[in-house]
Amino acid sequence: MRVMAQMSMVMNLDKCIGCHTCSVTCKQAWTNRSGVEYVWFNNVESRPGQGYPRTYQNQDRWEGGWTRTRTGRLKPRAGGRIKKLFSIFANPKMPAMQDYYEPWTYDYEHLLTAPAGDDTPVARPKSLLTGKDTKVTWSANWDDSLAGGNEIAAGDPILQQMSEQVRQEYEKAFLFFLPRICEHCLNPSCAASCPSGAIYKRAEDGIVLVDQDRCRGWRMCVTGCPYKKIYFNHRTGKAEKCTFCFPRIEIGQPTICSETCVGRLRYLGLMLYDADAVGKAAAVKDEHALYEAQKSVFLDPHDPQVIAAARAADIPDDWITAAQRSPIWDLIMKYEVALPLHPEYRTMPMVWYIPPLSPVVDILRDTGHDGEDLDNLFGAVDALRIPVDYLAGLFTAGDPAPVTAVLQRLAAMRAYQRRINLGEERDESLAAAVGMTGTEMDDMYRLLAIAKYEERY
Amino acid sequence: MAGATERAGRALLAVGGLVRRAEVSADGRTLHQIGGREADSFYRDRWSYDKVVRSTHGVNCTGSCSWKVYVKDGIITWEQQQTDYPSVGADRPEYEPRGCPRGAAFSWYTYSPTRVRYPYARGVLIEMYREAKARLGGDPVAAWADIQADPVRRRRYQRARGKGGLVRVSWDEAQEIVAAAHVHTIGAYGPDRVAGFSPIPAMSMVSHATGARFLSLIGGSMLSFYDWYADLPVASPQMFGDQTDVPESGDWWDASYLVMWGSNVPVTRTPDAHWMAEARYRGQKVVVVSPDYADNVKFADEWLPAQPGTDGALAMAMGHVVLKEFFVDKVTPRFADYVSRYTDLPYLVALEPVDGGGYRPGKFVTAADLGETGAEAAFRPVLWDSATDAPVVPGGSLGDRFSEAGVGRWNLDLGDIVPRLSCAGGEGAEIALPRFDNDTPELMRRGVPTARVGGKLVTTVFDLMLAQYGVARPGLPGTWPSGYDDVDVPYTPAWQEPITGVPAAAVARIGREFADNAERSGGRSMILMGAGTNHWFHSDTTYRAMLTLTTLTGCQGVNGGGWAHYVGQEKCRPVTGWSHLAFGLDWARPPRQMIGTAFWYLHTDQWRYDQYGADVLTSPLAKGEFAGKHTADLLAKSARLGWMPSMPTFDRNPLDVADEALAAAPDNPAAHVAQELVDGRLGFACTDPDAPENWPRVLTVWRANLLGSSAKGNEYFLRHLLGTDASLRAEEAPPEKRPQDVVWHDEAPEGKLDLLLSLDFRMTSTTLFSDVVLPAATWYEKHDLNTTDMHPFIHAFTPAINPPWQTRTDFDAFHGIAKVFSDLAGPRLGVRQDLVAAPLLHDTPDAMATPGGVVRDWKTGEVPAVPGRTMGKFIVVERDYGAISAKMGALGPLLDRLGTTTKAVTVDVNRRSRFWAKSTAPSAVASPTAAPGWTPTSGPARPSWRCPAPPTAGWPPRASSSWNGAPANGWPIWPPSTRASRSGSPTASPGPSR
Repeated sequence: MRVMAQMSMVMNLDKCIGCHTCSVTCKQAWTNRSGVEYVWFNNVESRPGQGYPRTYQNQDRWEGGWTRTRTGRLKPRAGGRIKKLFSIFANPKMPAMQDYYEPWTYDYEHLLTAPAGDDTPVARPKSLLTGKDTKVTWSANWDDSLAGGNEIAAGDPILQQMSEQVRQEYEKAFLFFLPRICEHCLNPSCAASCPSGAIYKRAEDGIVLVDQDRCRGWRMCVTGCPYKKIYFNHRTGKAEKCTFCFPRIEIGQPTICSETCVGRLRYLGLMLYDADAVGKAAAVKDEHALYEAQKSVFLDPHDPQVIAAARAADIPDDWITAAQRSPIWDLIMKYEVALPLHPEYRTMPMVWYIPPLSPVVDILRDTGHDGEDLDNLFGAVDALRIPVDYLAGLFTAGDPAPVTAVLQRLAAMRAYQRRINLGEERDESLAAAVGMTGTEMDDMYRLLAIAKYEERY
Repeated sequence: MAGATERAGRALLAVGGLVRRAEVSADGRTLHQIGGREADSFYRDRWSYDKVVRSTHGVNCTGSCSWKVYVKDGIITWEQQQTDYPSVGADRPEYEPRGCPRGAAFSWYTYSPTRVRYPYARGVLIEMYREAKARLGGDPVAAWADIQADPVRRRRYQRARGKGGLVRVSWDEAQEIVAAAHVHTIGAYGPDRVAGFSPIPAMSMVSHATGARFLSLIGGSMLSFYDWYADLPVASPQMFGDQTDVPESGDWWDASYLVMWGSNVPVTRTPDAHWMAEARYRGQKVVVVSPDYADNVKFADEWLPAQPGTDGALAMAMGHVVLKEFFVDKVTPRFADYVSRYTDLPYLVALEPVDGGGYRPGKFVTAADLGETGAEAAFRPVLWDSATDAPVVPGGSLGDRFSEAGVGRWNLDLGDIVPRLSCAGGEGAEIALPRFDNDTPELMRRGVPTARVGGKLVTTVFDLMLAQYGVARPGLPGTWPSGYDDVDVPYTPAWQEPITGVPAAAVARIGREFADNAERSGGRSMILMGAGTNHWFHSDTTYRAMLTLTTLTGCQGVNGGGWAHYVGQEKCRPVTGWSHLAFGLDWARPPRQMIGTAFWYLHTDQWRYDQYGADVLTSPLAKGEFAGKHTADLLAKSARLGWMPSMPTFDRNPLDVADEALAAAPDNPAAHVAQELVDGRLGFACTDPDAPENWPRVLTVWRANLLGSSAKGNEYFLRHLLGTDASLRAEEAPPEKRPQDVVWHDEAPEGKLDLLLSLDFRMTSTTLFSDVVLPAATWYEKHDLNTTDMHPFIHAFTPAINPPWQTRTDFDAFHGIAKVFSDLAGPRLGVRQDLVAAPLLHDTPDAMATPGGVVRDWKTGEVPAVPGRTMGKFIVVERDYGAISAKMGALGPLLDRLGTTTKAVTVDVNRRSRFWAKSTAPSAVASPTAAPGWTPTSGPARPSWRCPAPPTAGWPPRASSSWNGAPANGWPIWPPSTRASRSGSPTASPGPSR
């Protein structure tokens, strides 16, 4: 066992309102400068949708992440180092600017400087790349709120995997949001893809960074990252990525995206894990087993053996305490409501998500049933407007069971708390039905609903 | 081959690991850098700053969020939300972090190319002005008058509006032109021809107050904004007798049943949405009514996709279910008790016979019908007391509000009275009720039980309501729905289905759940509303159908229940101090304030195109008062009878009217004015808005984008008000559809406005069309205050940097204009008397001006013209035009003498004004009365919050009579034009107190 610490994040998608505040505050602080106008270290995607850059989740096309060989080893999907070496001058697996979007501004100055004429001056859109007139046709979240409907959503790689089951009819429309930052993976394929060795994972907190001096701009990391969360600064010729706000983390402040999240849905915390177990866990054969495999890598910070090993590994006591108080541990391991994003990429991502509940479908409404009643509770989960299969395509390599389990816990929590809210008797059977006690229900409710500042970070 | 490549790759990886300054994991896949992190100093440098300043955003978004503004090297870099809100309790979510991406991007404006950095003026105008001024011996006022007197030159610069050609000018020259235009207009046409538009004081109340103070002191007309927001503002006064008042968003947490109705909370209430998301975890059930799959539907348990504009039908059907199942099939004690105490449901209404047999609801039965005398008797409604089995006059009605007899009775204490909700058991009478669900309004015939009181056939409001909703009871005459599934008759669940598209079963169930939850939770069912349902004609009726649901179920006034309505940032929390500052009430009362809707309707000539008569959608039971009337006729009537303000008021300069009235009747100038109006020698400007002497001449817009945003009917503004190119396609009304009481000119004027002045920090549709544009400081460059109804905090603006380039705060800009104005106006205008026409006001004894709700018009001779009774009030106010600047910067004497009055509650502020005088350095401006003053550098934000306001110390008022009696002598003030004057029957609708 080799204990290491990892700064991690959980986002509760059930609370995400899709407001993009995280994206904007991040951009204002980090990337509102030339060369990275198109870059959003944090972005929020409307689901269904194609994402940013477009269709990045389609690894048949972009070849990001790892693939498991017949011999049970991992190799970058885009090819090993030999292949990389041969394709180093012409990497065809790179998103083009159009796959992100062409950044633009408007000719505001014209409003003030227009000479007297016959018409009212207007501010035309101008490309920030060429400075010329442009037509705005795509942006970082053009999928917003069902805009485009079938036309755009049809390009959603997750939908395409399950197109037989989901119809994009108006009546069945669904929507939720997926905020994304760098996953700061335990098994980062970007680092493995870098010919210059410029990408590293900080030993003390696992934050993945690009050494701005060593980066030679090969851009293999852009290909290697299946989440497309490394970007090329076309001004400096270097790769840049989310830094997990390390200058803030180091002085005890949450990341900007977390602290400014007005939906109050982001949790930050330290996780201890066994660094020696990562490789094996990432290489388990069954993709459905990857979720459990990654959980098996995490070390219980309350376990005396783990604590001793952590101390032996020179992890300070206050870090061990932080790991014990970590809301991430509770959400992933204790309440088991958080799931990894695309475990099938085998990068062991460390930004996890609580999947969203959504309205019950018409079946329940028309039969006059109340979705909160115990009898209907689990039936309601299966009938939610957001298809469980879609969520499974994001979080569990397509296995619906863990997603259903999470949604049942959330639904049970609501039913359990409703009785308390109305001053009625607690119904312990509601908690037991999802394998929890009433006390655990209360604790989980507090963490998810009350979510005070000091409990989130 | 694949195997060989893989082996080679692994070898390469291993070698790579050897040559790096890093620790490589055993499998070679992960490496941990040790040392060598200097290259990341870039990000550390990026995350560095010199100071963090607390400020907020002065925008009408209702959020009102506190922000940290970061400054580095004197440059604003970025902003993030403050997280230091006071805790709301251990077991509730907090307000942190409030903010949204719009606010997070505001610092972009500071240095953006759209920033207005210098004063600008229309090039063609500035050339004319300079030429005229040089020619006329350097006299700015003469130069302005010279241009205005020449139709050719005037049209030339008006035609250039909005077509580029702005040129930089100095502040001195800009102020001089602006001041000259004001002086000329006041002298030539009257001060009420000067208008100001700046909406939503709460979003930056100091900036608003400064401009409003200048305009109010000179006698200009401040235009309202709230009444311009569809039919929203009237619903709440109709229902509760008070302006829109709602719980803060933290109260959503307390609701156990939440209907989001026409409010897409994640998008429009971004910083508050989390309360809703979190409350679901308490088991709150969430229902969304929205025609589309809006963002908030994601959070809903149920989605009712009602067609746009059909929300009223949906609410009526829910009300049908609630009344039937919770009032008729069984009596819900909590609901019955609530409506008996807090609503007018038990009050008695007289029935009037109608042609063709049967009755219709008439007026409330009042104490006057029982033989009580006194002016207030007609304003004291009657109910039936079960305890004594007799009619009784309970307290808490309007008649108790402003009368000596009512002292101690203006409350909801029923004592031993047991209100009887229904006349059930009495003889049934058939009544006619209108229905509007078909192409032409028709009548429904339904029955109510009756009684006889004071010689009249009466029933209760509750009985009428059951008839209206179509909830049948045995033994009553009339035609009733056969059940919930009756498609043909209002207002069943099945009836609404073809209208709204929502299944009848779903409506019935949600209505039932809403009430059931209210019963089980003690009233914690809430309707969270927004503007989504109100952009329709008569949307006040839609609102009332929704408010009836929360009222019937006893939710109003309960934490977690009732209507939670948010459209704009209307809540200016320190309203008392702010309004006295803003409207110069320390120097003169009343100020001139004008309803924006009517002002623009008339002065942009939209009335000339309006072919939609006032009698459209008239009830078949109506008495024909609107027959053949044009909306402009109704405006003329409302001005004539004093229901609404009307600016410009008269067809003459009010300074001249005052001189004439004072000369003719020094002791009673108002009576003289009334007689002149009766005799027709004096007219209202609104009856001839296209006559040049009645045009508004100067308009100042600040904190606003009037054109392109607030202006409804932009092309009318462009053509008729501004006189520039417009894409107006509408046709003028044909002769038979024109107003009767308003003069029609064959040619509509183009270009009524002499000067459009705007103050802004960015280029907007309004600055593009302005004659003079003054560069304003942004929200990160000034002191100001900001409040909202979404939370109880007062947020301060603090400058992160000083106003850059030649920008100025609104405070400095208006004080600068006032100085130049005073210098020019003193010798030319001197001290004048100004005749101000003020309307009859809500929250004052004026509310009892129309006994029985019967309208009588002095113009037709039905009643004599009595100012303050059958018409508005006419009040002479002194204007010392040379002292405007000095008065702006000093606290006038009226606060000491008259105190402050808000909603008829007067507070003595002497103690505080003395404290303020002591704690404030003597003003640098010569104060006419040596009253305490303030200078721009002393912080303009101070007077506003130091002026005593009800929510702070000094409350409750010491003089108890001012709470339950007439306001102290002097003029009561009203909130900033947000109050809809109540016309018609001012009958009591006692609502619950929060």
